[in-house]
Amino acid sequence: MQWKTADYAGWGRAVRARGTLARPERLPALAAALAARGPAIGNRRSYGDAALNAGGAAIQMTRLDRLLSFDAETGVIEAEAGVTIAELLRLFAPRGWMPPVMPGTGFATLGGCIACDVHGKNHHGAGSFGQHVLAVTLMTDTGPRAVTPGTDPGLFRATMGGLGQTGAILSARLQLRPIPGQRMRVVETRIPDFDAFIAALDASTAEFAVGWVDATARRKRLGRGILEEGELLDGSRPGPVRRAKSVPLDAPGLLLSWPVIRLFNRWRLSRIPDSGRKRIRALDDFFFPLDALQDWNRLYGKRGFHQFQCVVPQDAAPALREILAAIAKSGIASPLAVLKRMGPGRAGHLSFPMAGYTLAVDLPARKTRAAPLYARLEDMVQAAGGRLYLAKDALARPGTIAAMYPELDAWRAEIARADPEGHMTTDLMRRLKLRSAA
Amino acid sequence: MTETWLILGASSAMARAFARKLAERGDGLILAGRDTADLDRDAADASLRGAALAETIRVDLRDPAGFDAILARMSECEGTVSVAVFTGSMPPQSEIDADPALIEGVVIDNFTGPARLLQMLAPLIEARGAGTIVGVGSVAGDRGRIGNYVYGAAKSGFHTYLSGLRNRLTRAGGHVVTVKPGFTDTAMTWGIEGMFLVAPPDKVAADILKAVERKRNVIYTPLFWLGIMSIIRAIPEPVFKKMSI
Repeated sequence: MQWKTADYAGWGRAVRARGTLARPERLPALAAALAARGPAIGNRRSYGDAALNAGGAAIQMTRLDRLLSFDAETGVIEAEAGVTIAELLRLFAPRGWMPPVMPGTGFATLGGCIACDVHGKNHHGAGSFGQHVLAVTLMTDTGPRAVTPGTDPGLFRATMGGLGQTGAILSARLQLRPIPGQRMRVVETRIPDFDAFIAALDASTAEFAVGWVDATARRKRLGRGILEEGELLDGSRPGPVRRAKSVPLDAPGLLLSWPVIRLFNRWRLSRIPDSGRKRIRALDDFFFPLDALQDWNRLYGKRGFHQFQCVVPQDAAPALREILAAIAKSGIASPLAVLKRMGPGRAGHLSFPMAGYTLAVDLPARKTRAAPLYARLEDMVQAAGGRLYLAKDALARPGTIAAMYPELDAWRAEIARADPEGHMTTDLMRRLKLRSAA
Repeated sequence: MTETWLILGASSAMARAFARKLAERGDGLILAGRDTADLDRDAADASLRGAALAETIRVDLRDPAGFDAILARMSECEGTVSVAVFTGSMPPQSEIDADPALIEGVVIDNFTGPARLLQMLAPLIEARGAGTIVGVGSVAGDRGRIGNYVYGAAKSGFHTYLSGLRNRLTRAGGHVVTVKPGFTDTAMTWGIEGMFLVAPPDKVAADILKAVERKRNVIYTPLFWLGIMSIIRAIPEPVFKKMSI
């Protein structure tokens, strides 16, 4: 049976859609599904409505996940869009290669990483995912069509971070990165406050760096947290194999209540001694820490959550401090606050990154204050010359987003050419009026 | 010694998952199905995962004329030759009720087609004195139910065939594993109402490989289906005939 009617959602589960879903396992099935018109979606790891098409059809690409070629000399791999980043890491790390950019979850698909032009803990050095994509094949009505920066630079650029709007991504060629071994040396350092955090991120020379911020700390302790710096290690021995646990039920609200979060964050911080802590960790353990708990999004209960992620330019660190202060003051529990440095690397018109600092915070949707807070933060980000991440967003307004993405008109021109009838339109497109200036 | 597997119905999700596990063991793979253009991509995938050999061959179970070519290809393989059968089709019972001529196709796809091919390949396994046959049946073959009894009957016939084949090949050093999966998350079950406890194909494939390695005879996968089917089989017919489960 080709189609099923389902209720589905993004990772945040706060915004849902009801529509028909197909999940082709072979190319002819994909062609047939696309004929019914609808966007291609991946593993739905974007938080908001980027992968939703309420009232219409969507084509889940997760079963088209085959490896098509690999050159052991150059590390160039071609694979179907449904393959996950974790699977690529699992298969190629023993051969000395890994995806050059990895998002915080290994469940993201190759197609999804392209569509959102994702970044990783090495963005300041390696740039965004799309910058390592050599070619992408779109499935069109007349069959597969290869697009490279050489053959059609405009379409290629519109596809990187293009939220699937240029057509269904069938496969892609990706330049992997050589690695000396399968383990990492991770140094964790306790950071007392926000300014110290920015200084530490600026001073870090590590290839991979990520900051965990206690978003419940206020005033003098605002922005305290842990800086994690990672370097790849030599040696063939892989790290310990992880066994994922899962969250069987939607958690009751109490679990993520403010006092519980505060205690948890305090406990987390207290585990790191003043002098810092060094650990050897497996690659997946470092890159996908949350994947150890499958379906962790259920911890936020039935109503789900929103993730606010912004980036502000380098000189706007004080504005980011104000944004964090507003979050801390709001008293909405946010155990997973992440602070990172970003480089200028971006591959598409709608790519998120800019040189500066990015902050990501979860906002439980059951709190009625979440939406007003988000709107305030949105204004603060715009005023600071920053932008919001479309892969996370479910609440932003069309006007602010248009102001944050100066290349939007150039992207629209490409989309008008690639998908004039709007077959790939998603709920995100409609909500933010991204495809049309109207 | 190298082991080469013929995978029948190789483009199904369960077959693909099983073939990947074999590939990562370094076994050889000959992927058989109707859509060889798409199977070429599976062959590339298997080879990149470590398969010693990854080829495709066209087979249409409803057209036994092509079986000789398969036997010839398998005979050329050195070392142990094994076969895994993942073919099958399950049109809704209501469609069969409307058009009884559909029964023939269901019986060929699920039972007589693979049985005929296995019958041709059995002497090869006997001659080599080794080799495994994996036959994927279904829990639906354990008892005829109103919802899908033609499919169930075909699978039941296949189970009985496999049991006999096991009896035959055991004395020659071969082995036969009968696999009875419950609901599995594949294209066949996508969108069908009333599915529950649906298992991912990867889990089913892992169970099958474990059964092959341990020379198990009949397995239910996931294992809880053994419990469910034991209960369903134990229901007395006078009661069962009035139930709709």
